Amino acid sequence: MKDGFEGLPDLSGGPGERLLARGVSRRDFLKVCTGIAAAMGLPLGMGAQIAEAVTNPKRPPVIWLSAQECTGCTESLLRTNHPTLEKLILELISLDYHETLNAGAGKQCEEALKKSMQENKGKYILVVDGSIPVKDGGIYCKIGGKTVLSLLEEQGSQAAAVIAIGSCSSWGGMPSAYPNPTGATPVHAIFKEKGIKTPVVNIPGCPPNGYNFLSTVLYLLTFKKLPQLDEEGRPKFAYGRLIHDNCERRPHFDAGRFALEFGDDGHRKGYCLYKLGCKGPETYNNCPTLLYNDAGSQAWPVGTGHPCFGCSENKVGFNIPLHTPAVLKDVTPPVNFPGIVEDKGKGVTVAGAAIAAGVAGAAIGVAAATSKNLGKKDKDKGKSDPESKES
Amino acid sequence: MSEPRPLGGKIVTVPFLFFSALAVLAVILIIKRFFLGLGAVTNLSDGYPWGIWIAYDVVVGTAIACGGYAMALLVYIFNKGEFHPLVRPALLASAFGYTLAGVSIFFDVGRYWQAYNLFLPWYSQLNSVMFEVAFCITLYIFVLWIEFSPSVMERLKATGMKKTMDRIMFVFIAIGVLLPTMHQSSLGTLMVITGKKLSPLWQTPLIPLLALISAITMGYAIVIFESIMSAVSFRREIETPILSKLSAFIPPLIGAYLVVRFGDLVVRGSLGEAFSGGLKGIMFLIENLLYVVPLVILVSKDNRKSPQKLFIAAFSMLLAGAVYRFDLFLVGFNPGEGWHYFPSFSETLITVGLISLEIAGYLYFVKKFPVLPGAEHA
Amino acid sequence: MDIKRRDFLKVVAGSGLLLAAGESPAGAIARPPRTMPDEAVGLMYDSTICVGCKVCQKACKVSNNMPPEHTQRPPEMIDALWDNPADLSEYTLNIIKAYKNGNAEVKNREDNGFAFIQRHCMHCVDPACVSACPVSALQKNPKTGVVTYSKNACIGCRYCQMACPFGIPKFEWDKAFPQIRKCQFCDHKFAEGGYPACAQSCPTGATIFGPARDLLAEAKKRLTLKADSYYDYPVQRIDSGNRVKQKVASYVTRVYGEKEVGGTQFIMLAGVPFGRLGLPDLGDRPDAALSEGIQHTLYKGMIAPAAVLAGLMYAAYRSTKNDK
Repeated sequence: MKDGFEGLPDLSGGPGERLLARGVSRRDFLKVCTGIAAAMGLPLGMGAQIAEAVTNPKRPPVIWLSAQECTGCTESLLRTNHPTLEKLILELISLDYHETLNAGAGKQCEEALKKSMQENKGKYILVVDGSIPVKDGGIYCKIGGKTVLSLLEEQGSQAAAVIAIGSCSSWGGMPSAYPNPTGATPVHAIFKEKGIKTPVVNIPGCPPNGYNFLSTVLYLLTFKKLPQLDEEGRPKFAYGRLIHDNCERRPHFDAGRFALEFGDDGHRKGYCLYKLGCKGPETYNNCPTLLYNDAGSQAWPVGTGHPCFGCSENKVGFNIPLHTPAVLKDVTPPVNFPGIVEDKGKGVTVAGAAIAAGVAGAAIGVAAATSKNLGKKDKDKGKSDPESKES
Repeated sequence: MSEPRPLGGKIVTVPFLFFSALAVLAVILIIKRFFLGLGAVTNLSDGYPWGIWIAYDVVVGTAIACGGYAMALLVYIFNKGEFHPLVRPALLASAFGYTLAGVSIFFDVGRYWQAYNLFLPWYSQLNSVMFEVAFCITLYIFVLWIEFSPSVMERLKATGMKKTMDRIMFVFIAIGVLLPTMHQSSLGTLMVITGKKLSPLWQTPLIPLLALISAITMGYAIVIFESIMSAVSFRREIETPILSKLSAFIPPLIGAYLVVRFGDLVVRGSLGEAFSGGLKGIMFLIENLLYVVPLVILVSKDNRKSPQKLFIAAFSMLLAGAVYRFDLFLVGFNPGEGWHYFPSFSETLITVGLISLEIAGYLYFVKKFPVLPGAEHA
Repeated sequence: MDIKRRDFLKVVAGSGLLLAAGESPAGAIARPPRTMPDEAVGLMYDSTICVGCKVCQKACKVSNNMPPEHTQRPPEMIDALWDNPADLSEYTLNIIKAYKNGNAEVKNREDNGFAFIQRHCMHCVDPACVSACPVSALQKNPKTGVVTYSKNACIGCRYCQMACPFGIPKFEWDKAFPQIRKCQFCDHKFAEGGYPACAQSCPTGATIFGPARDLLAEAKKRLTLKADSYYDYPVQRIDSGNRVKQKVASYVTRVYGEKEVGGTQFIMLAGVPFGRLGLPDLGDRPDAALSEGIQHTLYKGMIAPAAVLAGLMYAAYRSTKNDK
């Protein structure tokens, strides 16, 4: 990983006034930042630091590259409320290029892209959504006459960091499902093949939660480094735990209450969806705790009664049939299970041993004493009545 | 040798009080067991469902109480009338031993209030070794008291009754020989079904034969032991000549036992286990060493004339049989990894209480009833 | 003296009538092992697809009215909220245990792996407990082959516990009026056309119910499956039609219970050798056959004992007559 991201703009200046001008109180704004800090598992004081970073007059440039995608990721991002996307793109970052959100079109946009890339070489953040087709020279997805493959190579090699948003750019996603006709490939795989060293953060999901994206961006801006990533390149604050572990229906699983088919009694009562093929037990994501679209409790697939599809998990979503039971991942190490051999029964105690030894000792002692007396008797035969145990 | 007669003398002596007190303690603990369950007083578990109450009170206890059986076999079946004076004390000890084994089974079984189910034909399960053992032991307890009853009749001066009894006694004597033959072997057979839970040092289809031979051997040993013990305790002359003759029967029995025991182990190829160094191997060696001691002592005619040697041989023989039974039911038994058993304090105390009751009862009976041969007081 | 010694050897030879029977090889005395009834029902447990959710354990408790138990060791692990028995007991007739080796990374692997195992009554084809019970409290249903228990018959001698090679019957040690507890195959559910709660509740098809013979055929079929291929595993009942596609793990090529102690109606498959899962190597012969063989050789029709008794009576009569 690049050290410190010195390429990013210096954000040490004073706080901006734009937000206040737009009627957002400083207090509200700090609340948002604190919320984001909490979502990432950062100390509370970090909220102020984030606020300071994002209100810096010099907004970090962002270029958004759309490959084989469905715009779901953008749509999902548009539904974030704190901050809203327009706030993000207008005030927090400088979104210089985004196919869907561009104000202009065609040549005008391509010029803007070119300009931004030249001005911010090595400083901009590249966001990629959608997988990259590599089959047949990558002809299955082109922008302005160029294949996305070549665009990614060009833009990716000059970026400070790449955020691969959505399952498609993270691990191939839906376009890569069998038989993968376009040769859909995730960003990190292409970078690896082409030897591009720009760091990649994967935010898988179909679509991913907008806040996981936002939090990553803000972390990057604030600390000038990437958040902690797991071995799949996902930020740990969002993908550190299994859905199964935080699921509101988990107690039903533990107690063996399952919905057996859609609409049955158990389903209506909100029982565990494991038997319907829920992939929560093998999918790492924070859906059950973060929820979607700020719509209140249960606003996520399992909450609405549908089994988790495993969309964000490589080799699960789009790979394993929807209703095939998941492979449980968190039963290792099985500390909560009794072992094959358990200690049972009651062994020796001091009192138990003492009385047993006492009895054995007494028996042998009496026998020994008697035998001794008899020995004496043997010797002085005739002289009867030796000293002995009386009646 | 004169007719048996009561010893007379004070009943309430220090030993009598001591043993009675222990018996009372045991009774209190037994009451606790009836209210709080077996788990409250014993260390028994699902892995070791049988502990010392079965291994000692029943299996060793009845084997030690085989004196009556062994003597009846000798005196009545093989018609060796000269041993007659030893019969009554042996019978009394047997009657006590078996009765107390019966009592201990009663508080050992979990559903004692249904114990009579054993004798209801629609519940009886004839494939069960336990059924045979329980049935025979129960019958034998009655037979033993019937065999002992002439002493009581003499004491009560019920001469007519005693005459009738003497006339039909041969039937009970015969049954009294058959029943122990059956159940002493079957007590061993009980462990056959435990299969691989019992160490190969003890698990063999020949368990019944071994159990029977060693029970008979223990029967003679206890007669010798008891005779010497009571002679010493009551300051009577030791009946050395008759005991010496009796002891001559023990070596061939032990010899036969050891031949079967080791022959079986060799044939099954399990002898090596004895030297594997574990507790089981060590106990096996101790057990058989204890058999060898009386064999070596009693083979010599001179040794047989020494009360001390006789006593040591008899005691060692009793220990040998007892250790064999402990090994068979507890030491050699392994219900699987993770299980532990060692008798609890209360559990052992109850067993001790029963033995004490037996001794106290014996002390009472020999003083009040014509049991011991009326030898001249020293 | 010599004569007497000979007499004694005769005693040894004659008194038990045992020698002839006892000295022949064990197989010869043992009665033939029993065979499985044609309509025998069974359970099959496939450790490779068990996820350790313990639903069967809980369903068993509900079905049999058993209280939760908090005996898992070490004691600091005890969580008094959930049922967490350390092992089978009088309160737990069915349990999921875990095998763990090294870092316990991969399921169904012996080294550095883990696996689950379900334990409950095996419902032996030739059950030792039934043979041992002196009062017919334990019985094997002649049609279904289920081993059931009747507390009205039981005297609490616990010989069944001694006899069972799998340590299944449990005794209520802490009750003044105890009984034996064991899995009875949810016998009470059969009357209403039901089947064991463990199979009914299992979400993955790790425990399934069905005719014992069909289960054995299914088990053998699974052993032929290629590892990592997909197979439609039946769920709940072998004939339920409800199947779930799952990846096949590599099996240990043995159906535990096919031959063990003469066969059992609860059979198991696993990806880890059964010895590591706490299932003993018991051989194919039922111990009950030998034990009963010995008894019936000696006591068949009570002919031998009756003959001995007649001889004894004659001898005793002669001696007592001589006495007086």
